[in-house]
Amino acid sequence: MAAQEALQSFEQARGWEQRARLLMQMGDRLAPLSDAEKCENNRVHGCESLVWLVAEQHDGQWQFKASSDARLLRGLLALLLVRVQGLDSGELVGLDLREWFTRLGLERQLSPSRSNGLHAVLQRMAELVSAS
Amino acid sequence: MFQPSPWRADFPAIAALQRQHQTYLDSAATTQKPQALLDALNHYYGHGAANVHRAQHLPGALATQAFETSRDKVAAWLNAAESSQIIFTHGATSALNLLAYGLEYRFEAGEEIAVSAVEHHANLLPWQQLAQRRNMRLVVLPVDEHGRIDLDQALQLIGPRTRVLAVSQLSNVLGTWQPLPALLAHARAQGALTVVDGAQGVVHGRHDVQQLGCDFYVFSGHKLYGPEGVGVLYGLPQALALLRHWQFGGEMVQLADYHSASFRPAPLGFEAGTPPIAGVIGLGATLDYLASLDARAVENHEASLHQHLLRGLADRDGVRVLGTPQAALASFVIEGVHNADIAHLLTEQGIAVRAGHHCAMPLLKGLGLEGAIRVSLGLYNDSDDLERFFDALDQALELLR
Repeated sequence: MAAQEALQSFEQARGWEQRARLLMQMGDRLAPLSDAEKCENNRVHGCESLVWLVAEQHDGQWQFKASSDARLLRGLLALLLVRVQGLDSGELVGLDLREWFTRLGLERQLSPSRSNGLHAVLQRMAELVSAS
Repeated sequence: MFQPSPWRADFPAIAALQRQHQTYLDSAATTQKPQALLDALNHYYGHGAANVHRAQHLPGALATQAFETSRDKVAAWLNAAESSQIIFTHGATSALNLLAYGLEYRFEAGEEIAVSAVEHHANLLPWQQLAQRRNMRLVVLPVDEHGRIDLDQALQLIGPRTRVLAVSQLSNVLGTWQPLPALLAHARAQGALTVVDGAQGVVHGRHDVQQLGCDFYVFSGHKLYGPEGVGVLYGLPQALALLRHWQFGGEMVQLADYHSASFRPAPLGFEAGTPPIAGVIGLGATLDYLASLDARAVENHEASLHQHLLRGLADRDGVRVLGTPQAALASFVIEGVHNADIAHLLTEQGIAVRAGHHCAMPLLKGLGLEGAIRVSLGLYNDSDDLERFFDALDQALELLR
């Protein structure tokens, strides 16, 4: 449901300014991480910003938490989490996240260039899921 | 007042980028290329590629001639006494690695290598790793608040145990010229070999390696409006003679047996494998183009754009410029705003600047920063490029604050 809502508002967004505002709003709604969760173990490296990703599996379903010190990246993380929350490993592996971000009009944020953290977060997520 | 660049039209990519609504302000990372380079590459590949220094056939002879003419052009650009003092490498990084490996045999445990605190990773890591391999001490020369190497301290730290001094000419993060004459003279008096990383410096103004008085000078083609994959290592003849051969194979060999071989001296002895032939020829064409420009006009243009950049940054609340940039670029952070957020919103508005640690992590860490935004200029930039950047920055800040 949350994913549908997010998709709708991004599809209606006009121009980069409105998309940026929406991203910041999404980021503000991201559940904060505790200091303990912001540990080295949960750090996602390969980003220019500080990024943490916490993954837990309950009854086969994945629950993720994530945060960053950069606001717009927090928004991107929120958009990622609404799409992947509660999926099982099989569903996660089959999920086309590029398509998801393309539909949001944010496909360029997936660039593997170092200045953006999202690519590294997706890689980390895939590693965590395949290691489970 | 609008300040045009008289050379903008010589760089076809600038117009192409503009059609994609992109303003390119990242020339310290790599530059756009002049038509003269495109023509040279096209001519070489279009008229018959051949390997150099091997074949007796006509295409081989022509390629070798063009390749060696580029060596002459590089020597002339740097005012090296002889073309044989110019070694072509695959980049500035590979030139610095060649030095670190080629000189390694000369050093013993407890001896010292001095670098400055502002070095790019390319002029830090090869020496750091060499120091680790040989149990040497890496001495880091501190910089003052402007971003210049602190001469008083440096002259104390460079002593008889110092075997190599490796410093950049112009900082890629702070845009400061380093006090090379005093540093190099002192280091050489102490018996140290001197290495100047000219990757940024070579792009701004003409530098005379004989006047500079260093043993080695290194730069890369692509930052000097030339192609990637080509680096230059200049050395004094007596310094080049100290280098042990590093990479093996190809025409660097003199005589080879199954169990032993002898190798050529510099430059060919250090150009193992097939060199980047088209790139070297292209760099020659770029240097011809650059040499045809009015050097004073270029210098004035760059200086005045740089002033414009610094003024614009100073006019904005909360902007902190790192160090005291003297040329080419400025790095900055904004109070209370994450540089990744600024970078994101500048990208959205088609402004191509660099955000992050600029391949100088220890320097940024020393300044207490995770990263910074860097705006860097090329001779094709004009004042409208800067105005578009400032407008975009203002818009970004309005959204973020």
